[in-house]
Amino acid sequence: MTLLEVNDLRLSYPARGFRKKSPEVLKGVSIDIAPGETLGLVGESGSGKTTLGRAVLGLAAPTGGSIRFAGQDITNTPTKERRGLARDIQVVFQDPYTSLNPALQIADILAEPLIAQGVEGKEARKRVLALLDRVGLPANSADRYPREFSGGQRQRVAIARALALKPKLIVCDEPVSALDLTTQAKVMDLFLELQRETGVAYLFITHDLAVVRHISHRVAVMYRGEIVETGTAAQVTNHPRDPYTQALLLAAPTADPDRQKERREARWKMMREAAASSATAG
Amino acid sequence: MLAFILKRLGEGIVLIFVVTAVTFFLTFGAGIPVALNILGPTASADQVASLNADLGLDRPIVEQYFSWLGGVMHGDLGHSYFTSEAITSSLVHRLPVTMSVVAVACVITVILSVVLGVASAARGGWLDKVLQGIATFSYVFPAIVLGVVLVYVFAVTLHLVPAIGYVPIGESFGGWFGSVILPAVVLSIGGIASLAAQIRGALIDELNKDYIRSLRSRGVSERSILLKHSLRNAASPALTTFSLMFIAMFGSSLFVEKIFALPGFGSYGYTSTIQGDLPAMLGVSLFSVGLVVVVNLIVDLANGWLNPKVRVS
Amino acid sequence: MTTNEPTVLLPGIDEAEAKKRAGAFARLLRMPLGLLSIIILVAFVILGLLEPVLSNHDPLFASLQHINAPAGTSGWLLGGDQYGRDIWARVLTSINVSLISALIGAGVGLVFGSIFGLIAGYAGGRADAVLSWIFNLLMTFPSLILVMVLAPVIGTTYQGMMAIFGLFLAPGIFRLVRNLVQGVRNELYVDAARVAGLSTWRILSRHVLYVVRGPVVISTVFLASSAIGVQAGLAFLGFGSTQTPSFGSMTGDAFANIYTEPMQFVWPSLFLALLNIGLIFFGNAYRDALAGPQAVVAKKRRRHETSQETVTRYEPDGSVGGGLLKLRNLRVSYPQPDGSEKNVVEGLSLDIHPGEIVGLVGESGSGKTQTAFSILGLLPKEARVGADEMRLAGDSLIGVSQTQMRKLRGGVISYIPQEPMSNLDPSFTVGSQLMEGLTKGMSKAEAKRTILELLERVGIPDPARTFDSYPHQISGGMAQRVLIAGAVASRPKLLIADEPTTALDVTVQAEILDLLRELQGELGMGVLLVTHNFGVVADLCDRVVVMRNGHLVEEGGVREIFHHPSQEYTQELINSILDEETVRMDPPVVVGSQAGGAL
Repeated sequence: MTLLEVNDLRLSYPARGFRKKSPEVLKGVSIDIAPGETLGLVGESGSGKTTLGRAVLGLAAPTGGSIRFAGQDITNTPTKERRGLARDIQVVFQDPYTSLNPALQIADILAEPLIAQGVEGKEARKRVLALLDRVGLPANSADRYPREFSGGQRQRVAIARALALKPKLIVCDEPVSALDLTTQAKVMDLFLELQRETGVAYLFITHDLAVVRHISHRVAVMYRGEIVETGTAAQVTNHPRDPYTQALLLAAPTADPDRQKERREARWKMMREAAASSATAG
Repeated sequence: MLAFILKRLGEGIVLIFVVTAVTFFLTFGAGIPVALNILGPTASADQVASLNADLGLDRPIVEQYFSWLGGVMHGDLGHSYFTSEAITSSLVHRLPVTMSVVAVACVITVILSVVLGVASAARGGWLDKVLQGIATFSYVFPAIVLGVVLVYVFAVTLHLVPAIGYVPIGESFGGWFGSVILPAVVLSIGGIASLAAQIRGALIDELNKDYIRSLRSRGVSERSILLKHSLRNAASPALTTFSLMFIAMFGSSLFVEKIFALPGFGSYGYTSTIQGDLPAMLGVSLFSVGLVVVVNLIVDLANGWLNPKVRVS
Repeated sequence: MTTNEPTVLLPGIDEAEAKKRAGAFARLLRMPLGLLSIIILVAFVILGLLEPVLSNHDPLFASLQHINAPAGTSGWLLGGDQYGRDIWARVLTSINVSLISALIGAGVGLVFGSIFGLIAGYAGGRADAVLSWIFNLLMTFPSLILVMVLAPVIGTTYQGMMAIFGLFLAPGIFRLVRNLVQGVRNELYVDAARVAGLSTWRILSRHVLYVVRGPVVISTVFLASSAIGVQAGLAFLGFGSTQTPSFGSMTGDAFANIYTEPMQFVWPSLFLALLNIGLIFFGNAYRDALAGPQAVVAKKRRRHETSQETVTRYEPDGSVGGGLLKLRNLRVSYPQPDGSEKNVVEGLSLDIHPGEIVGLVGESGSGKTQTAFSILGLLPKEARVGADEMRLAGDSLIGVSQTQMRKLRGGVISYIPQEPMSNLDPSFTVGSQLMEGLTKGMSKAEAKRTILELLERVGIPDPARTFDSYPHQISGGMAQRVLIAGAVASRPKLLIADEPTTALDVTVQAEILDLLRELQGELGMGVLLVTHNFGVVADLCDRVVVMRNGHLVEEGGVREIFHHPSQEYTQELINSILDEETVRMDPPVVVGSQAGGAL
């Protein structure tokens, strides 16, 4: 049974004033995620990957196509009904500095999704402490403010918030891109561990191929609003079929001087071949 | 750029229409006993009715409006109920007085604000305190108080300038300057407070931006960074503040014209309101809004020109 | 359970945080101006409320014997005005009139401005467009003239006039609230609240109100002062009921009499000024109090914060002669609000040889960017920089004047920034910006030719067109090429690149790295490449310097550092790099019928 099914999704942002229509950001995107699975969504800027994530979360309105969750059509859900979906779909954003309200204490931030569902007071506090423990933060964090924590710790808070309602799917929008290397590794481990324990599925959006390799069962590659390749993580990241994916792989530098030299030369070779073939064709 | 200009022009015209229509319907529809005011309380009902008919006040109000509007299109604003003067010519005579004061005030304000704002952004320290002091001063002593104090000190006690009256620039430059300088100073205090602070704030914001550091890394001089690059980028919000300030000054000229007995626009508006001289009141509204629209348009155009995103498209 | 990250709290932050939590209002009371302003305002309110008790006469009562009576006459505290009325009684009434004017004027402005500002800011779209248009229109009304002209129509009570004037005050609040709300609405934490299913009302009260509160209070205070001023002005002219005394009518009357009895002008002016002082000082003090504990500076004591750990100091042996850059024992510190100093770089030594690419790596807070900027001399004014030695091609950079440093920058030392778009002046063409650094040594025509050649060299397809373009017309990748062109134009000896590819897509990044390699080869520059990306290091660098918390951890050739690091921290960093072999092999977990498992 598919958990999330996106079919031919189209999206353009509302045009401002009476000027020409704004360009399409999503041009007929289709993906699917099974329960407990991680689908890595890879792309560069302008690929539409973040927009796709926001559409699934209900933060951006599609102009065509459909999104189904557990069989139910959720494409254009009004705000009132969004509350029900909140129990199933949650989010972890990229920026740990602006995804937590600096004016609220951690306990209030974590209690927010619980409050939306009508859980308050002592019960909420109990669950907040359990969440903190789950993500490896000390209990006294509950009464502190976000500014007292590092980026990695704030991201843990964001993850705890996403887990509060025991969702079936979490959309992770570049959740480790803003973190230091050492922190990145630890937070990635946390994501993996939580998935193994709870069976939650991830739509894991990132531009970093190494990250996507580590956490995804399957990978979809986006370029300019379209999916150019989908497959298992092993296949897409080791033997990509699409030329864009191939270029992406070769462009990402590897942390070994000699291997990087080889990769660089392979990339130059590919560029020369591409130039030669377009010269003869054109 | 052209589309931008046309859009702003269109908005301005709409504003003029809306404001004058609202003013018209409010004033003419309010049931002010005009005829009674003119003839005095002893007038008979017949006399009142006959005067109302003469002045066209017995027609339906919408008809009166369009009739007035028609006149406006020809530049004819009607005649004062009390003096029978053509309102257009009264306004035209009065405008130079007010504009002299406001123009001199603007010149003083802009020069001092730029100097203070730039110096304060570049150096800080005691200059910041001076700015804050001026700002506090302008709020604490509004135009009415400041004007009177200045008149008392400079005109009455020190006899440096005439206390009242206006000398047209054609007659004597010295005389003209003497008659407008004090009122202009009163108006400019408030202006300097807001404009200088705005310039300083905008400059400081610019100076903290990345591109300034990049320019420095290429060895560009501090002078160029301050006066060419940051000032240029800070100009836009400053211009907007300037237009708001101009409107405020124009309004405040009401007070200084009374204190310094200047036969300007404001005092004309005041007299016509007290008398209930409706066409004159309308004329004043029309002119005021028109002036404001023109100034805003010029400022908007300047802003549009300054912003490459608008200029180039 | 994964290893717990200890809550890293730098010593000293705890107290500062506690102070901030204490709330702006409490801070306000501790500030002398704040306290004074509150005292003044409270005094005025009390005077106004106690008017029936404190005045000896009705404010309209006139006594012929007391015409122009001097202050201190028995029963007539401030004397009598030119009609024989009690000035003190009239002052008390005027206080009430002013306070009520402030309440009505500012109140109307506040209510209209905030309600519509909230709607416009949160709903956005068409509602915003319409409301903004209306309030912009309202803002451009010559309000004073219109209030005056409409006075006979509205009724000449000052309350009515203030209500109308309040409408004209609303646009200022509208704009403020709208912008604040819009800003908050675009924050990620509001998105998270929406995803959590919070109702719109709850989102507004939880997230938006907090941000809006402070600035709106401040604005309203200044509006109140405006309203008082306008009411006084209109009364001065003679509008508003002549029966009601107010500061305006008192000064108006006194103005007529000023040559003979100037003191009668002084009393109302004084009280009016005092009331305004109370309001303005309150507004300013509250603004400062909102800014946080930095505004309340304690005694200045100099305490150097000791570093948290001792690290074996690496001394590059400097025996390799002819170094391009020689840095010994660099320290950079910043003064803190409580008087202490925080060291962000300490004891850093490094060498760069001509033609060598050195990677400066570290995580956030390592001090690598601070180090780069201190070599360039581009740290903020507050920074305190010192070193035992800082030499560029043998010449010392320590104690060099700003003017001399400026000559070196863009000449011998160059800089490539991280974020291309924000590092170009949006108001000038690309070409003119690049030329500005160059025209020192050559003519304009020569400089232009050089730039055009360089633009072509860095791979820009149409150099002439780009030269005449504005920054908003070119892409991020092109902008970075432009900045690189600007940096190498003077054939610098040392190029400092601060994370030059971090803000770029990976495909563009590869091209930029290629470009840097080529240029370095051609010009023989030494390069200090600041980065946190080890892939970039592996691609470009000859040597690597590792920093942590402001200290040097290790340095060495690129292969050594990757394969045989000698320090534990370096090893930890290398281990954290997600390796390219591992691919996820375990299948998706399905836990029972409900996801949620052990929680």
